[in-house]
Parts: sequence; C-alpha cells; structure tokens
Amino acid sequence: MITALLLLPLTAGILAFIIRGDVVRRALLLWTARAHFSLMALLVIDRVYGGLLSGAPAAGAGAAWFSYDALGLLFAGIASLLFLGAAHYAVKYLALEKCDPGEEAADGFVFNNAPEAVFTGCLLLFMAAMTAVTASRNMGLLWALVEATTLLSAPLIYFHRDKRSLEATWKYLLICSVGIALALMGNLFLGAAGLKTGAGLDLAALLGKAADLDKPLLKAAFLFLFVGYGTKMGLSPFHTWLPDAHSEAPAVVSALLSGALLNCAFLGILRVNAVCSQAGLKDFTGGILILFGLFSVVTAALFMLGQRDYKRLLAYSSIEHMGILALGTGLGGGAAFGAMLGALSHSLTKAGLFFTSGVVLASEKTKRIADVRGLWRRAPCTAALWLAGFFLITGMPPSGVFLAKFLILKEAIRLDHYWLACGYLFFLAVLFAGMAKVFIAMTFGEREPKTGEKPFEEPRGMLAPAAAFFLIVAGIGLYLPEWLRTLISAALTGIGGKS
Amino acid sequence: MEIIKPLSQYLAVMVLSPLLLGVINRVKAFFAGRRGHPTLQLYFDLYKLFSKTPVYSRTTTWVFRAGPVIGVSAMVTVLAVLPFAGRPSFLSFEGDFIFIIYLLGLARFATVLAALDTGSAFEGMGASREMQFAVFAEPAFFLGLAALARVTGQTSLAGMFGALTGDTWRVAAPVLVLLTASFFIVLLAENSRVPADDPATHLELTMIHEVMALDHSGPDLAYILYGASLKLWVFGSLIGCMVLPRHSGSWASDCALFLLVMFVVAAAVGVVESSMARLRLIKVPYMLITAFAFSALALIFQMGR
Amino acid sequence: MHTFAELIIVLIILLDLALAVTGSLSSCIRLVALQGVVAGLLPLLAGAPHPRALLFAAVIVTLKGAVFPWLLMRARDQSGARKDVEPLISYPASIALCIGAFIASSWMGSRLPLPETQVAWIVPASLATIFTGFLLITTRSKAITQVLGYLVIENGIYIFGLALFVEQPMMVELAILLDVFVAVFVMGIAIFHISREFDHIDTAELSELSDWRRAGDAK
Repeated sequence: MITALLLLPLTAGILAFIIRGDVVRRALLLWTARAHFSLMALLVIDRVYGGLLSGAPAAGAGAAWFSYDALGLLFAGIASLLFLGAAHYAVKYLALEKCDPGEEAADGFVFNNAPEAVFTGCLLLFMAAMTAVTASRNMGLLWALVEATTLLSAPLIYFHRDKRSLEATWKYLLICSVGIALALMGNLFLGAAGLKTGAGLDLAALLGKAADLDKPLLKAAFLFLFVGYGTKMGLSPFHTWLPDAHSEAPAVVSALLSGALLNCAFLGILRVNAVCSQAGLKDFTGGILILFGLFSVVTAALFMLGQRDYKRLLAYSSIEHMGILALGTGLGGGAAFGAMLGALSHSLTKAGLFFTSGVVLASEKTKRIADVRGLWRRAPCTAALWLAGFFLITGMPPSGVFLAKFLILKEAIRLDHYWLACGYLFFLAVLFAGMAKVFIAMTFGEREPKTGEKPFEEPRGMLAPAAAFFLIVAGIGLYLPEWLRTLISAALTGIGGKS
Repeated sequence: MEIIKPLSQYLAVMVLSPLLLGVINRVKAFFAGRRGHPTLQLYFDLYKLFSKTPVYSRTTTWVFRAGPVIGVSAMVTVLAVLPFAGRPSFLSFEGDFIFIIYLLGLARFATVLAALDTGSAFEGMGASREMQFAVFAEPAFFLGLAALARVTGQTSLAGMFGALTGDTWRVAAPVLVLLTASFFIVLLAENSRVPADDPATHLELTMIHEVMALDHSGPDLAYILYGASLKLWVFGSLIGCMVLPRHSGSWASDCALFLLVMFVVAAAVGVVESSMARLRLIKVPYMLITAFAFSALALIFQMGR
Repeated sequence: MHTFAELIIVLIILLDLALAVTGSLSSCIRLVALQGVVAGLLPLLAGAPHPRALLFAAVIVTLKGAVFPWLLMRARDQSGARKDVEPLISYPASIALCIGAFIASSWMGSRLPLPETQVAWIVPASLATIFTGFLLITTRSKAITQVLGYLVIENGIYIFGLALFVEQPMMVELAILLDVFVAVFVMGIAIFHISREFDHIDTAELSELSDWRRAGDAK
C-alpha cells in the first residue's frame, strides 16, 4: 500500500513530462489525486479500525525506510486531501490560464507562463516527495526528501515568468537550501549523539535507545534541526522567504506550500522533538518551541498590520499558525492535541483561502488590498467564501481553528503560564483586528466603478474545493469524529506529547 | 677554539651576502634570456662607491648622514644574533627574537628619517610607503616568530632553530609550511622584491625603497646597498634554517648545505621575480595581510594542538 | 598519515581565506571546486579505504571537481555579467572576518562536546568553512557567488561529518549528493533566468518584494 502511495504520484509526475496533450495531462493530474486520496483513505481506515495505531509501525520489507506511524499518517492524510482539492482547482486554473494569461495585467506586467507540462510534472513530483517525507523513518532520508520538496516546488513558484516571481523563487531556493543545510548539521550531531549506541539515524532505533544518547550532542542536534526545518516551516525569524514565495506563486501552489509543505517541515521538528522528549530533554525543547512559536505569532501580527498585499497577508497568517503549532507542541499535553488539530484545520482553511484568493485575483487583476473593494457586488460567491475563510482562520467558533487555539490557551493556563496566555490572547486579538479590517473592507467596501470592466463569471469549479474545505473545518469545530480523535491521540504518542 | 666556528660563520655571512643579489640577478637574466650582470657585480659597485667622495645637499643635517650607518650597523648586529645553519652565533640570549625585530625596526626608522631629512617630496613619498607596508609586514613577522617559539618551546633564535629537527617537521608540518610561506612573503616585501616593489625600476611614482636612497652617494650609498644585502641574508637564513632542520653533527657539511639552501632561496626569489608582475600599490597590503593570516593561522593551529 | 591529513586541513582553511579575497568569479569557482575535491579525498587518507569509500569519493570528486564547476562556468558565461565578484565589503574586511571566524570556530570546536577526533583541527576547519560560506552568501552581491557560498557550506558540513565519523547509510549519502546536485542545477537555471530578466545577476536588484518599504513607496 505504501509503495503504491509513493510510486503513484512519482510515475504520474514523470508521465506528465512526456504527455503532450493538455487534456490528457490534466486528467492524469486529477485521477492521480483521486487515486492517491482513495489509497490514503483506505490506509487511514485500515489503521484506525484495525487497531494498528498503537505501538511500532508494521514491520516488513523496506519498513526501515518507509512506513507510517499515526503522526506520519495524519500529516500524509492532510497533504493528500489538500492535493485532491488542489488538483481539482489546478485543472480549472490551467484551462483558464491557457485562454487568458497575464492575470496581473493591471499592474503593467506582461508575462508568459512556464510550460504546463513542467508545472503539472513538478506538482505531481512535489506531492510524491511530500508523501515520502511523511512516510520516511530515517532522519537522513527525511532530510534528503525535505530538500527535494524545496527543489521540486521552486519551478512551481516560477510559473508566472516575471521578475517578481523570479525574485521570490530565488529567495525561496537559497534561504531554504541554506536552512536545510543547517538541518544536515543537526543530523550529523544526532548521529554523533547515538554513536555509542549504534542507533544511526533510524527513527525507531533512536527512540528505543533515547535514554543512552549523549545529551549535550542531542541538544545541539535539536537546535540545528530546529533552525533548519524551522526555516522551511516559516518560523520567525527564519521566515523571510515565506511571504514572497506565497504571494508570487500561483494560488494553487501557495495553497500546497502553506497547507502541506509547512506541515512536512514541522514533521521534521516533531520527529526530533520526540527523540528529545524520550531522552528527557522535554523542558529544553519545549522552551525553545514556545519561545519561537510566540515570537512567530508576534512577528506575524506586527507585519499584518498595514499589509498592502492580500496574498502576503495570508502568508503572514501562515507564519502565525506555524507559531501556534510550535507553541502548542512546546506546551505539550492538551495543547499538543490542539496543535495537531490546528495543523489539520489550518491546512484546510488556508488552502481554501488561497484558492479563493486566486479567484479574487482573476476577478480584480490586482493583489493590492486597497484596490479591491465591494467584492460581493461583482462576485458574490467568492466574497462569501472569502469572508467565511476569514472567520474560520481567525478562530471564530465553530471552527477547528478555534478548537485548536482554545485548547492551547487552556493548557497554557493550566500550566500557570499566565503571561504567556495573556500575550498569546493579545496578539491573537491584534491579528483578528488586522485581518478583519482588510477582509471586511475588501468584501463590503464602496466599489469604484471602473470603465470598460467586463462582468466577472465566477468559476464554480475553482470555488468548490474551497467551499468543501471550509465545510470540513467548520464540521470539525462542531463535532470531532471519533476516528479522528483516535488518530490524533495516537499521533501524540509519536511526539511525546502525552505527559 | 670554540669561538672560531661562530666567527668564521659570521665572516662568511659578511662576505657572501652580496652574492645573493648576484644570484637573483643571474636567475632573472636567465629567464629573460639575457646575459646579465656578472655575479659579483655588487662587489664591484661597493668597491667603486667606497672610493668616491660623498656629496651632501645643503638642506640635510646629521640625521641624513647617520641613516645609512645606523642601518648597516643594525643589520650587522642582527646577524650576530641570527643562527647559521641551525648553529648559534656568538650573541644569543632568551627572547632575542624580539631584539632582532626591534633592530630591523630601528634600521627602517633610520632610513626613513634620513629620507625625510632631504626635504624632497619623492623621498617623503617613499618613506610613507615604506612605513605603510611595514605596518602590515611586521605583525606577520612577529606572529610568525612567536608561532615558531611556540612550536619549539624556545625563546631564543638559536634555541628555536636548534630544537627544530626532522621530527618537528613530522609532527608539525602544517605549521612549519605556513610559517615558511609567511616568511617568504615577508622576505619579498621587506627586501623590496618584485610583487611588492621593483628594485630595477627608476620611475619615482612606483618606487618604494629605491626612492629613499636617491640622495645618498658614495660610501653612504654603499652602506645602504650592503645593508640591503645583509637584510636579504637575514630573512633568507630564517627560511634556510626552517627548511633545513638536519643536524648531522659535522659542522662543515652542515654549513655547506646551508649555503646551498641560501642560494636556492635566492634563486626562488629570482624565479618569483621573473614569473610575476609587480602588484599595484594598493594590492601590496593584501599580500602582506595574507602573510599575516598565514602566521596567525600557524599560531592558532599550534596553540590548539 | 595524520600529518598529511592535517596538511589537507590547513589547505582547506587556506582555501577559505583565498575565497574571502579572490576577486575573479572564475577563480572563485575553481577554488570551490578544489576545496570540494580535497575534502572528498580526505576520507581516503584515514587508513585502508574499502571499495564503498572509493566509489563514494569518486562520485564526490567527479561532482564537485568537474560537474559543478562546469555548470557554474556555464551560468557565468550565459549571464554575460561582469566577471568579478563585487563584494559589498572590502577584501581586508573579508579576510579579517574570515580569520575571526576561524578563531571563533576553534573556540567553539574546543567547547563542543564532540567525540575525540584523530586529526587535529578538523572540527574548527569545518566550522570555519561553513562560516566562510555564509560570508560569501551575505557579503557578495551576485547570485552565482551565493550558490558558491552554498557549496562551501556544503563542503564544510561534509568535513564536519567526517570529523564525527557518522556512518550514514549509502542510500542517504547518495540522496544528499543528489539533492546538492539538483540544487546547483536548479540554481544554475534560476541564474540564467535572472540574467535574462534583469540583464545582470546582481541580487541587490532582487528587492521588489519586501515589507520594509517606506510608506511613501505605496502607490
């Protein structure tokens, strides 16, 4: 099953480079995503109801390299679901781009797009790499695959061949590659910490022999891996590439970057965090996670005020949520549960928002917040989704995000971190205010009639995935299904979150 | 009887050092495909200059006359301290490597003062450049000697080079290689050889050392030329002692080998001069900073062992 | 044998210094390649190499000594940019920073709780190399020097790995190499596009996207 999951997008990706016809290639993308999601769903059902979640992952040929534990499964499930939505969106998007390229014509940019085959191929390979990241059971392999996701997604960001996306691509490539190089240092430290035990970089062996690992070296390993994967994850102050890449990439790529890729990097941190927790360094790693988590929330809040570009605004919101995930993981216990739930809800909501932002861009031809007013008159469905997404992402109940944020707050108070709780609440309020101003103005503001503007026909196919994601997130907020609870609880054992 | 050997070593240095410049010139002539000066040209020049009467400008004072004398006597004293073929000379004491650095500084100071005393703009310019490069060269040299002291655990030059054996090379080869490179660069700069300065040029704008000697004549110029050749010997013999750590026990064979190495060093200088162009003036400090970096690295490397 | 290995370590440090002062782009590329080759040969000195190590060294030497310089030289030629490095700080400042980095890394090397290494100075040398890489990335204005900086960091990390004797499985090591290869390849393509779009490869021009613009810039 895992082999099929890994090979499916890989083969499809390679095929996409070869296939000439656009229609066939788009169908391939769509059906690969559907097949991938079905396989993933089967795997989740199998694991949850087969009672295989507790304990070590199943042994078998190649299990030392690739196999799923509950944590990996959770993240893989999120990525697969996102990819399903993204594929549906991308097919419509590519068709639209083909007839009407140059979506930012109002800014005076004239540009061509990258060949569609490269785009589709890289998209599929990117998915293959992310699937492999979630399944990998060896820290060295995990590293190589995370770096592979960087390299495979770089061409995606440079889909619109213009100066700005090139700049974003370059920053993304360089900052992430250098950051990930530091994670390689971390891996070396990790290997050195387990040198006497002979654990190598195998995750199961490291977890099993955690008590015998060399503590100072393990701390160094955690620091380097945290900075390395934290760069990729967009934790402040290593986040500088993120707003650029997210704002310049096509909406579908932004959605995947924000919803799936950041999670993959987070998984890297969670893996080493688990090893450290087993080795009794929980206070050390928790402190670092809380510090940088809160710092990311603060940074995001400050940069969101006065933001002029709505895709950058969403990017900073991603930084905020990554901060919240780190914060929740650092607090542990119920907050860790909140963090996992937050990862799921954030991915879906943010992907939905990016999908919607793509439609807004197609309608308004600009990314500047000040130029978008009275969206509901021109595109009522889009406006409704835009507003819904805003309520969900800022954590208005009922929303999975609300539940996540609330659980983290509760845990902070339970552990007597009152100042932390106050700061957290305050900056969430700042974030809410900052986003509310923008979203409400964009949706309801007074629209200046532009001359010669054609009426905008909303592409329903591009809005549907967003609507579906929003429904799921709201649904989680209302009722958390039992199987999901089981899955997340099992995932928590994988990060040492159970105290 | 034991005084004989150091004394004859010393005399040999005094007599042979102008030969080094002859060797350099022969090598350069060979590479340029010229016949070149006779190898003993400097001896003829010295003889000629000593038999002349000096001419002094009316603006100069005693400082001008003292410069060449102080310069050459400082060099003569340095050579009394410096070991020959790894064997101590007759003047040797703890910490004498600092002594020779100050003597070299004194010689430079006297030359620069004499140059400034002429009141000529050109000589002032040469003096300024000389001091500017010295600022970079001296720390490199000083750190290099300090690193060498650290390697051998001795603080006198004779002790350092006496303790430097083949085993030292086996243990601390990286440090010694760095030091040799550093000393060689300092040699080129201190003796105004090609990458730093061109001894053959007489274009005032690019000259450094030569320009300071423009107003000297007769025996004063002879002192300056002789002092320069002694200075070349000083730096050359440091490198020679460094790369030739073998002490066979036989004085005669050691000395013969050492002299051979000295001529090899001179030949190496000639090769460098023939194969490189003179650096632009603003690039010379880079070269000396490189030497400084080599010395600093050697010292750090040695301290951490 | 250790003396020989130490000589190589010194050579690597000297190459760091040389990188800090070299002004010509092509000699920078050659220096980085040389450093990669020298570092790739380093493990062969530690006793009798077995076939796996030989094979691996061969792969590294081909990649770093031949493929990368070729790719980068191509990018340099295509970009048609000025052929010097154009540092943002002066060369003496670069070399001072480099020496400072070396002193700092020797201090760090003595502080790090690392297992005992056989070859003196391998850990400080690797850290200094990593610092030099960061120096190249931060103080040089061209896109291509940033790639070079990335490669120097990679060299440093490789040497660091040798110092720690961490045996990674063959598959992982090859995957890492493949990643680095693809990274350089993709960056090479990106440089080509940058030179076409901007008429040069100066990253100082890549400043359109920023949240630090003054409010007056907003249209």
